[in-house]
Amino acid sequence: MKEISLHLLDLAENSVSAHAKAVRIDVNEDFRGDRLTVSVADDGVGMDDEMVKQVVDPFYTSRTTRKVGLGIPLLKSSAEACNGGLEIISKPGTGTRVEALFKHSHIDRMPLGDIASTFLTLTIGHPEIHWIFTYRYNPPFKGSPRVFEFDDQPIKDTLDGFPLTHPGVIAYVRTTLEEGIAEARK
Amino acid sequence: MNMPTIKSLEDLKRIREEALQKRDIKTAEARAQIVVAMGTPGIAAGARDTLKEFLTIIEERNLTDILVRQTGNMGLDSLEPVVQVILDGVTTTYGRVTPFAARQIMEKHILGGAVVTEYVIPA
Repeated sequence: MKEISLHLLDLAENSVSAHAKAVRIDVNEDFRGDRLTVSVADDGVGMDDEMVKQVVDPFYTSRTTRKVGLGIPLLKSSAEACNGGLEIISKPGTGTRVEALFKHSHIDRMPLGDIASTFLTLTIGHPEIHWIFTYRYNPPFKGSPRVFEFDDQPIKDTLDGFPLTHPGVIAYVRTTLEEGIAEARK
Repeated sequence: MNMPTIKSLEDLKRIREEALQKRDIKTAEARAQIVVAMGTPGIAAGARDTLKEFLTIIEERNLTDILVRQTGNMGLDSLEPVVQVILDGVTTTYGRVTPFAARQIMEKHILGGAVVTEYVIPA
């Protein structure tokens, strides 16, 4: 995986597989604190401690063999290589929250990448999920932190069952995300 | 082809009403469905850019009868990105769908009606 934004897509896809109804993705680029934090939180089926261990470490053995990908172990090792780490908080029946932290200036940190595209494909590709995206930008020297928040519920309420893959809707969602993130970075 | 800029939920509401009047599209009646496999191997192979290319073409050409959605891993790891096209009830599975391939599939298959054989994964 070449970008953190692709890992976010992967984590969000896990949330969808866990039967989440709502998924919240937070990206916090804190230049002043030299930290980059990303998290994905869902209200899906959740995991017990045993399964969390297995998801984090693909070689951890347990009686039940569950199908788990390598996305999370890869993200964990990338974060740890950048003076950061990965944390999973999960509870069966409640949901899961995965957070990864990187030292922003670390030479080995993979780029954040195209988060607007990640948010766009999730919103359009999974219309059954309620998506809430937050992008925070804390500039390196002067100026106060900026926040861009995108909640797709008002759009869906307005569309009232009308498909999101209509060209006008795609254009609206895409420009809202691209311009909102660019504005926060100014 | 040129669409007015859509800046607000009010504009979105207008688009919806106009489309419904023209009976452009109904949820259950999209002519074509495009399903992009977005499991870890798909994402690593570039499935996000593939899906985005489909959305870009829909915007460019103002196509109103196509649904795009994403799904989890389809289990064809070595052939990712994998895309399924459901056109008039017939499902075709494509492999190694780069953004370039996505454009070919959109133009030749979905708009032109001819399956793009070089990317087809045999059933």
